[in-house]
Amino acid sequence: MTITRRYALALGGGALALTGLSGLPAFASVADDAIMKITGGAKVVEGGVDLTAPEIAENGNTVPVAVSAPGASVITILAPSNPSPAVATFNFGPLSGASEASTRMRLAKTQKVIAVAKMADGSFHTASAMVKVTIGGCGG
Amino acid sequence: MIFPKGMNMISRRDFLQASMAASALVGASGFGNWGRLAARQALTQDQLLQFEATGNVTLIHITDIHGQLVPTYFREPSVNIGVGSARGKVPHITGAEYRRRYGIKDGSPSAYALTYDDFTSLARGYGKMGGLDRMATVIDAIRAERPEALLLDGGDTWHGSYTCYHTEGQDMVNVMNTMKPDAMTFHWEFTLGSARVREIVQGLPFAAMGQNIFDVEWDEPSDLFLPYKMFVRGGVKIAVIGQAFPYMPIANPRWMFPEFSFGIRDEHMQKMVDEVRAKGAELVVCLSHNGFDVDRKMVSRVKGIDIILTGHTHDALPEPVLIDGTILIASGSNGKFVSRVDLDVRDGRLMGFKHKLIPIFSDVITPDPVVTKAIAAERAPYLDQLTEVIGQSDSLLYRRGNFNGTWDDLICNALIEERDADIALSPGVRWGPSILPGQDITREDIFNVTSMTYGKAYRTEMTGKFLKTVLEDVGDNLFNPDPYYQQGGDMVRVGGMAFRMDVSKPQGSRISEMTLLKTGELIDPAKSYTVAGWASVNKGTKGPEIWDLVEGYIRKKGHVSVAPNKNITVVGA
Repeated sequence: MTITRRYALALGGGALALTGLSGLPAFASVADDAIMKITGGAKVVEGGVDLTAPEIAENGNTVPVAVSAPGASVITILAPSNPSPAVATFNFGPLSGASEASTRMRLAKTQKVIAVAKMADGSFHTASAMVKVTIGGCGG
Repeated sequence: MIFPKGMNMISRRDFLQASMAASALVGASGFGNWGRLAARQALTQDQLLQFEATGNVTLIHITDIHGQLVPTYFREPSVNIGVGSARGKVPHITGAEYRRRYGIKDGSPSAYALTYDDFTSLARGYGKMGGLDRMATVIDAIRAERPEALLLDGGDTWHGSYTCYHTEGQDMVNVMNTMKPDAMTFHWEFTLGSARVREIVQGLPFAAMGQNIFDVEWDEPSDLFLPYKMFVRGGVKIAVIGQAFPYMPIANPRWMFPEFSFGIRDEHMQKMVDEVRAKGAELVVCLSHNGFDVDRKMVSRVKGIDIILTGHTHDALPEPVLIDGTILIASGSNGKFVSRVDLDVRDGRLMGFKHKLIPIFSDVITPDPVVTKAIAAERAPYLDQLTEVIGQSDSLLYRRGNFNGTWDDLICNALIEERDADIALSPGVRWGPSILPGQDITREDIFNVTSMTYGKAYRTEMTGKFLKTVLEDVGDNLFNPDPYYQQGGDMVRVGGMAFRMDVSKPQGSRISEMTLLKTGELIDPAKSYTVAGWASVNKGTKGPEIWDLVEGYIRKKGHVSVAPNKNITVVGA
């Protein structure tokens, strides 16, 4: 996979790892499969994670995204409609000030961006945000 | 002035009532006053200005002037479709429904100012509207009564005319400065390019604001603009928070202002509201260029804004809209209206208000001589160019509505003919004054509907499939049920091709029956078509300037006549 056009900036002392999950099956839901790889099938609870992304991307090649999940040890950002859905995984150690991070991602098209957080107790939490990628023009 | 016969009394407006906090918030709209005056066959400046001052704070709102220094005709929309939760709600009503909603009699001054029917005959009766010198008279009269009134400009000011284009916005800056605004926010201003914006903003004698204007590289608030400004007026601590147009880099060319990022950023808006409240703000005003539906949604997500002065979508509403205790004011466009809002703020709380949408009937309101002189000075170097008659229109030319207006069709016809194309695309903008049947079309008139810094008329090949993608994409920017995914413009104007649009469908399935008019055949997704258009957001677009192309076309024709468009079928509204 290539990460050359991704500008990653980790905040709060978290260690950053960019991961690419290539060759995901086209059947069923790509998002569900990607989440399954993270959780190993454990239950995922909505909430407990803040995912901030623009409603409409100003530039699909570099879309700012921020995640925050107090108490999380790992947060992964997924863009299921990208050729490589996994955008970034942030690991937070005991010395991390806060479990929050921001980066920029490339979005191939309009899609729901998903954040999955693994909490210290091993539970999983999720949040999502629809980001529209548009041709633009014609504004009033 | 003389009014058409058959005008009746307008019914007296009921007072609006709403509760806010523990007190009753009593708001009144002064709208009915000027409608009633019509029955007395007289409309005077004093009557237009008549307002029973209330409370201790006065706000004056102007917005979306689009470079119109002098009075114009401006026809309001016949089609303004609301989708999702905005379906059928104000401001998505037009014509007879609009008049019914606000108790406006057919043929009255308010019918002329606010709705589209019988536009030509009413325009001949009531005359042009707007003009910054008339607006100045109204603003000065309000200030004479309330010297501490705040004058707030919602933006789209430095764009939209011949002189504005050739002076890169300086004409508007100079004339607006004579009127002494207190704050302003932005949209089309950025299409002057970021260097020019920086140059003007650094010299502005008032607050340039937008809490959502960020530095693109650091994703932090831009240091060129204030997020808000605190004022003390009438003994009340007032915070005015700016909200620039959120989708600038998408709706307009990003390459012209690459240092800036926008977005709605309602988390940051909430932070700003909390910050100004912590600093003791007793009244929180948002000067917004979001567009009405986006503001309506923002009210549900951001708590603590007392009043939003809305802009961008060009809606003119004679009454405020109250949502969850927040007052939304819509003050129209092109200089047609000035809104006055008096607020009663006591014990750190908004207790009541009074509002009036003041129509700027240019033949009724005496121009302010200082501003008239300032306007004349800006126009003088260009007067010969401005006033040159290019041709004459035999039909009403207008642009304002979700789909093609007659001005748009004229521009599309010019594109097809002058650039030898199958299909024409013209941007779905909401600005551009109207021309009455029999009226001369001057160079100034052509610039009024075409002026922009990226107006090159391109000629290119597009496959049928790509054309559909373009229509679907723009359609979703207008009819996505969630206003946060709308850009606030109108549907791209299309010439040479018919299509059907189901606004209730999702993106990808709204457009069907695309038909090439010159052959009557359905558009083939695999086939290439020659397309001419203008206002591309892409850098390096080549072609003649659109105003030169339209001028050449009108000059050749001498007389132009455009019937209302019948090639677009809209369903699902």
